[in-house]
Amino acid sequence: MYSKLIILNFPPEVAQKAIVCQLTKKYDLLFNILSAKISNQKEGYMVLELSGTKSDYNRGVRYLKNQGVTVSTPEQQIFKDVEKCTHCGACTAVCPTEALYIKRPEMEVIFDKEKCSICELCILTCPSRAMGLFSEHTETAL
Amino acid sequence: MTQSRLERTYEEINQKIKQGKAVVVTAEEIVGIVREEGVKKAARKVDVVTTGTFAPMCSSGAFLNIGQSKPLVRTTKTLINNVLAYSGVAAVDCYIGATQTCEDDPLNKRHPGDFNYGGGHVIEDLVAGKTVDVEATSYGTDCYPNRSIHKRMTLSDFNNAILCNPRNAYQNYNCAINRSDKIKYTYMGTLKPNMGNANYSTSGELSPLFNDPYLKTIGVGTRIFLGGAQGYVTWTGTQHKSEVERTPGGTPLTPAGTLAVTGDLKEMSAEWLIGQSIRGYGVSLSVGLGIPIPILNEEMLTYTAVSDEDLFTQVIDYGFDYPEGNSKSFGQVSYAELKSGTIMIKGKKIPTVPLSSMVKARKIADLLKKSIQKGKFLLGQPQHLFTE
Repeated sequence: MYSKLIILNFPPEVAQKAIVCQLTKKYDLLFNILSAKISNQKEGYMVLELSGTKSDYNRGVRYLKNQGVTVSTPEQQIFKDVEKCTHCGACTAVCPTEALYIKRPEMEVIFDKEKCSICELCILTCPSRAMGLFSEHTETAL
Repeated sequence: MTQSRLERTYEEINQKIKQGKAVVVTAEEIVGIVREEGVKKAARKVDVVTTGTFAPMCSSGAFLNIGQSKPLVRTTKTLINNVLAYSGVAAVDCYIGATQTCEDDPLNKRHPGDFNYGGGHVIEDLVAGKTVDVEATSYGTDCYPNRSIHKRMTLSDFNNAILCNPRNAYQNYNCAINRSDKIKYTYMGTLKPNMGNANYSTSGELSPLFNDPYLKTIGVGTRIFLGGAQGYVTWTGTQHKSEVERTPGGTPLTPAGTLAVTGDLKEMSAEWLIGQSIRGYGVSLSVGLGIPIPILNEEMLTYTAVSDEDLFTQVIDYGFDYPEGNSKSFGQVSYAELKSGTIMIKGKKIPTVPLSSMVKARKIADLLKKSIQKGKFLLGQPQHLFTE
């Protein structure tokens, strides 16, 4: 299962078209709308968590771009402070993409950035506050 | 040739420790040793088995003496970094409890609350050497006229700082699921609806009281690893129970024994005392604790050889049952199953989530082992046992 967080920007001329639902219908992708502002004939945006196979994902994103939708990825990323992490595992209960998982038999909590959908659920779930947001551009924690 | 029955005394073991000759292994290592060599041989070889656990232990806190001011004060309300410390003791003593929330915390007004700072964090900040803000008030008396003091202090500025935890080292604990259709934010972590996950919090075969299930060597005065320093067992903990259902090997099937422990906070470290923010529930303190089990005889070795396959707990519903005070079991599972990553409950495969850190528990058992091997940690012979 491949899952990624993407930001869609809709120009006014495509904002009224049924586009996002085609991701499921044509490309067998699941989408989870995390944030959206869409109104008829105005510019709009949508933050989606898009999941499926890697090839379906790529085909789906190509479809969006062909429809005139600008697709970008968030500049923020989740990071794990290895000094603060106690390997308690509480975060693995809420991580939707298994980016945070337990390596056995060591019972270490591992963070696989590639699988992270930046849903931010781990940030407030981590009892030791070892998870945070960080911006690639500024390279500083937010 | 008949061999005499193995009996060792605390003095004999301590003598070996002082000479650097004691054979010490962890509670994980002993499992393999007994499988290979058997109980008799292992008991002759091993003197001490070390255990460890690291998890949120809410019933924790510290007595602090903030020192006098001029004119003198008898504090009646003390705030440390805006967290209330109980001041119904004299004159500048107070007790900071791990679960006390910050004064201006919005709590669960917007559910689930974040609980970013509290008593557990104050304790962590103190052992980390950070400066804390101490504000105290009083009604003023003839002998203690001062009504208000305010100072910035680090741990070394306190006259005394004594970690004094009324309930630690729970011998076994529930595995929590949520059978309701709503997400639940509990002290057992976030529980997804419809049995989305099963959370548990014990270090299993490394857990101190699983390795001495009848507390035959653990009593008042037992020296322990506590928060990175040497501490002591002072009594049974609150809610301590010994009359519970047990496996044939003696380990309880439900939460049972607990310990009250104490030690000098000034000697402890922020690696082993960590403030916890438990979403929607509150603040707490994760405590690192380890107990050396002396192999006085074969019986003690048999207890320490217990493995995750032989240790069980009950699956309890925190969606409907637990809040209502019901503890109906939805299944009995072993710690081997729990640590495997999934358990089967009512025909459903549920991912498991540990809240107790095995990585840290292992490190504690190892540190304890090394300091005993080096002769830096002697066994404390209990002056009173809690069992008859």
